[in-house]
Amino acid sequence: MLLGEVDFVESTGVMVVKSVLIFIGVFLIVPVLTVVERKLIGRFQARYGPNRVGPGGVMQPLADVGKLLGKQVFRPENAIAFLYAIAPGLVILSGILTLAIIPFGNVEDGVGLYGIDVSIGVLYFFAFSSFAFYGLLLAGWASGSKYSFLGAMRSAAQLISYEVSMGLALLGVVMMAGSLSMTSIVEAQGSIWYVVPQFVGFLIFMISGFAETNRSPFDLPEADAELVQGFQTEYGGMRFGSFLLAEYLEMFVVSGIAVTFFLGGWMGPGPPWLDPVWVVVKILSLIFVFIWVRATLPRVRYDQLMSLGWKVMLPLATLNVLVTAILVTVL
Amino acid sequence: MLQSYLPILVFATLGILVGGAFVLLNGIIGPRKPNKVKIEPYECGLPSQVQRTFRFGVSFYMLAMLFILFDIEVVFLYPVGVLVSAAGSIFLLVEIIIFVVLLMTALVFVWARGALDWK
Repeated sequence: MLLGEVDFVESTGVMVVKSVLIFIGVFLIVPVLTVVERKLIGRFQARYGPNRVGPGGVMQPLADVGKLLGKQVFRPENAIAFLYAIAPGLVILSGILTLAIIPFGNVEDGVGLYGIDVSIGVLYFFAFSSFAFYGLLLAGWASGSKYSFLGAMRSAAQLISYEVSMGLALLGVVMMAGSLSMTSIVEAQGSIWYVVPQFVGFLIFMISGFAETNRSPFDLPEADAELVQGFQTEYGGMRFGSFLLAEYLEMFVVSGIAVTFFLGGWMGPGPPWLDPVWVVVKILSLIFVFIWVRATLPRVRYDQLMSLGWKVMLPLATLNVLVTAILVTVL
Repeated sequence: MLQSYLPILVFATLGILVGGAFVLLNGIIGPRKPNKVKIEPYECGLPSQVQRTFRFGVSFYMLAMLFILFDIEVVFLYPVGVLVSAAGSIFLLVEIIIFVVLLMTALVFVWARGALDWK
């Protein structure tokens, strides 16, 4: 078990059923998140938020999807048709693929509710979350509009700047757990959650997470005041909705990874069948932090974003890795 | 062992289905009334003058180069990171420190040359 090899192999049917279950579960949660965010932002700003569709506005996501689906599809004359059309799909695909890696339950006392648990866990997350980057870049470039293009360049620069710090932040946990497999990392947190010994890593991961998901205060790619809607400018209808959905999916996945690495995954009091509930509760609390920060902080300037990424986060994350390596070896 | 990668196919299929549906549904359900103004690239009040080719700041190119350097650092550190607690050897630790110090020297160098200042 040194390298996190997984010797738990089950039948193909069970794997497929579990994957589909996770997918359905997340796709029931994500639309609710959109309305919860708007309600919360409304409350933060001392107004009601959506409250017309259904009791208290809970049916708002359905109304939104209905409206977006009814929109006319068109593309700008400069756009490169195929790439313009495929870009939103790529972003969605990346979000759904990264979903597979979040463990929702234990193998020993539960059914082992996770998509995949491979010995390269963390690298899988990085590989497929970077996949969204192609979607953004293609969307901006193939739209043939200068706002889209500038937005895409900004997104790309922002994503790659924070990706390095994100990788280094998780490396501290990997060193302590001695494994890349997600379930092994959660099991290694039996005595103490890694958020305590790796607090700096947790902070760096969350800040990078805000930048990677293009969430406020790092929503520079879609800074409305300068760039209209960034790389999404020329999109409408459900293609525009795809980017929105992908943003929430990414937020869910980043929170899920943070829960797995720092907040003890499925650990929590109660019987084993409560494990997935604990994971979802922890993920939702982190998503609340995302919304809270959006309502609180103003957007940073682009040069501030870049110098924070390269001059503060990167040296800090490297230092964190070095200190962790020394402590792990000596203790 | 390869069997444990199978759910990727399930998720990829679901992803392609959902992504494809979102991309294509508008074309089926939505109306089609194109006109000249609709297909112009967005512009804010000015006459639209957008070409297919764009120029962009060289800073982005610098960033991409730096990203490759430091992302390789991360990729190289991961295999060692997995081993470090089990091995517990000072030799390994010294190796990591030398590697990271070299890269930080590179960071200090590009920092001093002003490559990290956004212009």
